[in-house]
Amino acid sequence: MFGYYLDLAVRSLKRNKMLTALMVIAIAVGIGASMTTLTVMHLLSGDPLPGKSAHLFYPQVDTNPTNEGSHAEPPDMMDYRSAVDLWSAQRADRQTLIVDSSIKVRVPGGKLPALMETMLSSTSDFFPMFNVPFQYGSAWTSEDDARHARVAVILADLNDKLFAGQDSVGRTLRLKESDVRVVGVLKPWRPLPQFYDVVGGRFSDGDTAGFYTKPEGVFMPFTSGLEINDGNFQQFNCWHPPERPGHLEGASCNWIGLWVDLDSAAKVADYRRFLAGYAEQQKALGRFTHADNTRLRNLMQWLDYNGVVPRDVRLQTWLAFAFLGICLFNTIGLLLAKFLRRSGEIGVRRALGASRAAVFAQCLVEAGVIGLLGGIGGWLLTLAGLSLVRRQPAVYADMAHLDASMFIVTFALAIASSLLAGLLPALRACRVAPGLQLKAL
Amino acid sequence: MDILPILSTLRRHKITAWLLILEIALTCAIVCNAVFLISQRLERMRIPSGVAEHELVQIQLANIGNRPDAAARAETDLAALRQIPGVQQAALTNQLPLSSGGSWNSGVKLEPQQQLDTANVVQYMGQNLLPTLGTRLIAGREFRPDEFVDYADAVAALQSGNMKGLPQTLVITQALAERLWPGRSALGRPLYFGQGIPFRVIGVIANLARPNMLEKGAEYSTVWPIRLNLTQGASYLIRCAPQDREQILKAALAKLKQLDPRRVVLEKRTWDEARYEFFQSDRAMASILVGVCVALLIVTALGIVGLASFWVSQRRRMIGVRRALGATRSNILHYFQTENFLLATVGIGLGMVLSFGINLFLMTHYELPRLPAIYFPVGALLLWLIGQLAVLGPALRAAAVPPVVATRSV
Repeated sequence: MFGYYLDLAVRSLKRNKMLTALMVIAIAVGIGASMTTLTVMHLLSGDPLPGKSAHLFYPQVDTNPTNEGSHAEPPDMMDYRSAVDLWSAQRADRQTLIVDSSIKVRVPGGKLPALMETMLSSTSDFFPMFNVPFQYGSAWTSEDDARHARVAVILADLNDKLFAGQDSVGRTLRLKESDVRVVGVLKPWRPLPQFYDVVGGRFSDGDTAGFYTKPEGVFMPFTSGLEINDGNFQQFNCWHPPERPGHLEGASCNWIGLWVDLDSAAKVADYRRFLAGYAEQQKALGRFTHADNTRLRNLMQWLDYNGVVPRDVRLQTWLAFAFLGICLFNTIGLLLAKFLRRSGEIGVRRALGASRAAVFAQCLVEAGVIGLLGGIGGWLLTLAGLSLVRRQPAVYADMAHLDASMFIVTFALAIASSLLAGLLPALRACRVAPGLQLKAL
Repeated sequence: MDILPILSTLRRHKITAWLLILEIALTCAIVCNAVFLISQRLERMRIPSGVAEHELVQIQLANIGNRPDAAARAETDLAALRQIPGVQQAALTNQLPLSSGGSWNSGVKLEPQQQLDTANVVQYMGQNLLPTLGTRLIAGREFRPDEFVDYADAVAALQSGNMKGLPQTLVITQALAERLWPGRSALGRPLYFGQGIPFRVIGVIANLARPNMLEKGAEYSTVWPIRLNLTQGASYLIRCAPQDREQILKAALAKLKQLDPRRVVLEKRTWDEARYEFFQSDRAMASILVGVCVALLIVTALGIVGLASFWVSQRRRMIGVRRALGATRSNILHYFQTENFLLATVGIGLGMVLSFGINLFLMTHYELPRLPAIYFPVGALLLWLIGQLAVLGPALRAAAVPPVVATRSV
C-alpha cells in the first residue's frame, strides 16, 4: 500500500511543480539554517570527555580574605598555597594542578626562529585523568614532579613545526633559557571546549569563543615549569598586587586551577567534607575569612557555570529555529492549498471506498516525500552553511563539520517537520465529504 | 471598497487565513528584533575610539623577563624608534583601545570608605601616551614629566604602604567624569582605588575607548602617569602620517631586531587592523542576521504568493460571476489587494505584540535595550509593502479572468 501511496504522492507533486518547488525550498532553507546552527551548538555544547566527565571535579575555595569584591561565588582559581595544599593532600583518586603561561620555545642549534607557545605546567596525573592520547613516548612520572625534572610533553602541532613530525622523544627543547628533554609527543588532540583551562566565563559577557582554542603546545611538570618560566605568570585576580609581576608564589593572587578525579558518590561526599574542613582550618589559621564559600562542581557543571557556549551561537540557534518555524507555517499553508484543491479527487477516492485513514495516510506520505526532498536540499544547504561557518573568525570554526549523527538528524528533522506540517492539511483533506464533491463534478 | 464580502469569504477559509496571519506575525516579530540586533551591532562598531585612528602602529614584543636593565632597554628602544624618519611620537603602553586580549581594569570609588565600587574603569599607562594616542584634552592639563613613576616603584610603594611613591594624578575621559560627577567639573576632585588609595583628576579628555569589556562603560577610561617597560607586557605605539604606516612598521621592526635579534615579535599591526579584528565577530553576526532577515522576508513573500494563487484558482468561478454581473477588472484586483491588506494588518498587529515579547526575553537574557518605538511603524510598512508586492501577481491573474467563466461549470 505504501508503494501505491508513494506513486500517488509523486504524481501529485509533479502535477503542480511550482507549488512543490515552493514547499521543498521552504523546508530546505529552514532545515539548512537550523542544522547549520544546531551542528555548531552540538560541537560547542558537547561533552569533551564522554563517560569520564562525571568523575572529574573542580574544587574551589574562597582564598580572598578581604571584604573587597563579591563573595557570592569563590574565585575561579586558587592561590599557590591553597592549590598546593589541596593537591599534596592526595585525597582524590587522581589530582592535577593547572597553570598556563607563555614561553619562548626553540630547538637549540636549529635554524627555525623562536616561537611563542603557551605552556601548561601540570602534574603527571594530567594525562591519564583527561585521557590524553600519546603518539610517541609517554607522560612524565610523579617522581619527575617531585624532583623538578626538566622534561616536557609536546603537542603534535608543535612537533610538526619543530621536528617535522618525527619521533622527537629524547630530543632537547630550549624553553626560555632552560633546556628540557622531550619525553612524549601527543596525537593531534582537540577537546572542545578546552575544558581544563575554562575559567572566568561569568566575566566574559557571553563572549566565550576563547574557551575553544587549541591545547597548549608544551606540557611540563608543575614544579619545573614554575621555575623555568618564573616572572611570566599571569594572575586570574589579586587582592594585593604582587611584589614582582609574574612571580606569584606567595603573592595574594589566584592563578592556579586544580582538577580531581572522584569515581564514586561516596568519594565525592568525602572530598566535599575534606574541602570544607580545609577551608575551616585555614580560617582558624587566619588565612581565609569566607570558609563556608567552597564549591565542588563536576566538569559539565563547571562548563555550565562558565556558560561556555558563546552567546552569539545560542542566539543564532534560537533564530534558526524560529526561521524553521516560519518555513513550516509556510508549508502548512501550501499543503493545505494543495490538498484542498484536490478535494474532487479525494471525494472520488472516498466514494470508491477509500477510508478516511487511507486518505490521511496518503496525504502524509505526500508530505513525507516533500520532507525527504527538502531534507536533501537542507543537507546541501547545511554543508554550504558550515563552509560559511568555517570561514568565520571564531577559533572553533575549523572544527565545524557534519558528522554521521548530525547527517541523520538532518533527514529526521526534515521528515518530522514536514509530517508535522502535513498533519493539519491531511486531517482537513480526509474530512472531505464524498457526496458534495461528486455533485460538483 | 466593501470589506464585508471579504470578511465573509475569509470566514470560510479560517485555517488558511490564520496560517497566513501567523506567518506574517512571526516574520514581523523576528525581523523587527533581528534588525534591532543588527543596529545594536552596527552602533557598537561605530563607537569612537578617541585616538588618531589612521596614524597609529603597534609592535608588541615578548616579555624579556625581569632583568635590571629592562627600563634602560625600553628607553633605548624608544629613542631608536623616534629617530626613524616620519615617526611623530612613540610610547610604550599597556593596552590599546578596542583591541582584543587582556585589559587592566579596576573598580573606582568616590569615598575612601565606600564598600561597593562606583564604576569599573580601565587603566591606561605609559609615558608620552596621550600625545602618541592623539587624544583631545578638553579641560585641565596633561601630565608633567615629573609626575611619572616607574611601574616597579609604584608596585613597591603599594606593597610597603608608602603613598608618596604612588602617582598622585589622573587624566580621565569626559564620559567617566560625567558618570562620577554629573554636570560638575571633574578637575581637582579626588578618586579612590583599591582600599581607599587617593588620586586627583587633573585633566579631562574628550574620548578614549576601553580595550574590551565595553559593556562596563565603553569610555570609562583613566590614564595614569606610570612609566612602563617590556616586563609588563607593554607594546610600542608609534604615531606617523597615515600613508607612512606600512613603511614605518617595517623600519621599526628592523630597528628593534637590530637592537636585539633574539626578540620575538608577538604583534605588529596598524591600529586600523586592530579595530577591524576587534569587531570581526560583530560584523559576522550582523551579516548572518541580515541574511536571515532577507531569507525570512523572501520565504514569507513566497508563502503569500502560493496561498494567493490557490485562492485565485479556487475562486475563478466566483470571479467570473462577479465580472459578468458588472465588476470591473480593477474591482477584482482591489478585492485581492484589500484581502491581503486585512490579513497583513492582523498579522502585523499580532507580530507587534510578539516582537515586544521577544524583546522582553532578549532584554533579560542578552542585556539588550528596549525596542525603540520607531521599529513598529517601519516594520508594519515593510510587511504591508511585501504583502502587496507578493499578492500583485496572483491578483492580476484574478483580474484577467474573463466573465465567460461564469457560464462554464468549473
